[in-house]
Amino acid sequence: MHKELGLTEQQVLEMYRYMLLARKLDERMWLLNRAGSIPFTISCQGHEAIGVGAAFALDRTKDWLCPYYRDLAMVLVFGQTAKEQMLAAFGKRDDPNSGGRQMPMHFGDKRYRILSGSSPVATQMLHAVGIAYAGKLDGKDHVVFASCGEGSSNQGDWHEACNFAGVHKLPVIFMVENNQYAISVHVSKQVAGENVASRAHGYGFPGVKVDGRDVFAVYREVKQAAERARRGEGPTLIEAVTYRLAPHSSDDDDLTYRTKDEVEEAKKMDPLQRFRHYLFANQLLDPQQEEELNQQLDQEVDDATEFAKKAPDPDQQELYRHVFA
Amino acid sequence: MPTISYIEGVTAAIREEMRADPRVFVLGEDVGVRGGVFRATAGLYEEFGQDRVLDTPLTESAIVGVAIGAAAYGMRPIAEIQFADFILPAVNQIMSEAAKMRYRSNGSWGCPLVIRAPYGGGIHGALYHSQSIESIFVGTPGLKIVAPSTPYDVKGLLKTAIRDEDPVLFLEHKRCYRWIKGDIPDEEYTIPLGKADVKLEGTDVTVITYGLMVHYALEAAKNLKDEGIHVHLLDLRTLVPLDKEAILEATAKTGKVLIIHEDNKTGGFGSEVSAIIAEEGLFELDAPIQRLCGPDVPAMPYNALLEREFMLDPQKIEVAIRELAEF
Repeated sequence: MHKELGLTEQQVLEMYRYMLLARKLDERMWLLNRAGSIPFTISCQGHEAIGVGAAFALDRTKDWLCPYYRDLAMVLVFGQTAKEQMLAAFGKRDDPNSGGRQMPMHFGDKRYRILSGSSPVATQMLHAVGIAYAGKLDGKDHVVFASCGEGSSNQGDWHEACNFAGVHKLPVIFMVENNQYAISVHVSKQVAGENVASRAHGYGFPGVKVDGRDVFAVYREVKQAAERARRGEGPTLIEAVTYRLAPHSSDDDDLTYRTKDEVEEAKKMDPLQRFRHYLFANQLLDPQQEEELNQQLDQEVDDATEFAKKAPDPDQQELYRHVFA
Repeated sequence: MPTISYIEGVTAAIREEMRADPRVFVLGEDVGVRGGVFRATAGLYEEFGQDRVLDTPLTESAIVGVAIGAAAYGMRPIAEIQFADFILPAVNQIMSEAAKMRYRSNGSWGCPLVIRAPYGGGIHGALYHSQSIESIFVGTPGLKIVAPSTPYDVKGLLKTAIRDEDPVLFLEHKRCYRWIKGDIPDEEYTIPLGKADVKLEGTDVTVITYGLMVHYALEAAKNLKDEGIHVHLLDLRTLVPLDKEAILEATAKTGKVLIIHEDNKTGGFGSEVSAIIAEEGLFELDAPIQRLCGPDVPAMPYNALLEREFMLDPQKIEVAIRELAEF
């Protein structure tokens, strides 16, 4: 499969490494939260194939991201590190996203053209359109990738962004990461009509539904969408279907609205396990290499955690910085 | 020294900034081919083309949200909200996004954006083409708010707003657009934000106001002069940042303060000005602070009599000043 897509063995292993790192960081943050070390976390578990597949399909030297809070794997591929994720989790001074101002997983990093985001959902869809329009005025050929959940795809801003980008044929990829739940509300109560992808027809551009647990399938669709965008043919909507393996956030109890059986069943199709099987089946990974990789990443997460724990808090006077009016 | 109208001040400022800086562009409903429903962007489409004078879909949140993305990228968008009454769908983008972009990114991302919004009544615009909206935004740190009264101020302040690194809400009073004319210099000039302007020096009553009410207060003051009442008139020009020093100085001039705005009284900007004077200028006062504002009714009706009842005018202002002078 990966050869058909033009991915080398090394790239495939790199993709797996990022997915696994994201998962391990995410799991560590839950532990830290349950131990009382960090007040909050919000999970990417189940979304790793989307983040990594998409980020690998984009041009990491010039494309832009307007991500949301389940895109940890994506921003790692774009350049943020495990240490930086932990700095954000602990809300420390040197958190590159916000200097400890925002909740964890609210990404924003000028170094990698990741636009700062907020908590009200789908607002970033419009920002993505604006960045795409600015690129057009500026004579650039960057693609802007904007993502959100299926719940957020019901916001007015989401629809306004699709329509605006469709009218002006702007190089935007709208990714909807459909993980079946908007906190507690199932997609069947969120989305009318066939699915999210089919909405694209109304905005005059293609919409595709893809298995969001298949990293190669996501890669293929995003790659095609990026090429289309760079050719000046306009936006693409991609609905990547997955399942949120963890509660919405550390403050949520998902067993109040779904069963343990349902979650266990979904875990059988965990995108990470699926990728692992592929690697073993294709002799890209053996047990010894896996052991080494696990050790390496565990060490990276340990180091990042210790580093962030000891890192300085912002000075209290920082409260008043960057205030202009 | 040419004489121009208030709205011509808007157009001139945008044109000059667009000529000087290729990053500046305009977007909004009907701003392109039509040149704006009020004609504020007349001639710009012809001079700068459709990409820099962009007719958008009819979606206020998108106008502001797209402008925020472009601004974060490094452009200097000027977003027009056709009537200030229609700004509400864009409030989340303004308050949650534009106003917080720099702060939440620890200074990494800026949002050099101007949102122009024609506001105010007295033009038979009924409930939804007459509103004042400043009270919604003045308590949102991260947003500058300008409300000029003269063509000279419009042009100078709008140019400064366009060059500002952070978001500015630029409120243009519709009644002033063609009614108010004034001289501007031939040479280029700008006016800094946050500086109030003393329109009249006086000894009896201090009037603090902005926008259209400056002109009504000037007229009232002219009439009262014959009665021997001398008004000290301060035009705030920008609401955020606010020229507190000028407010306290103006208070000290007469010891009697009348704050005027067309927006309704409760929770209006006058309460903030009043609180500042109460906190920092109480011992300069010889009378209770007075506010003359629009009534606390949901909005301005269409019927001419009802509209007149809502609107302040020079006569109502004259009465309020006289009463305060006699205190």
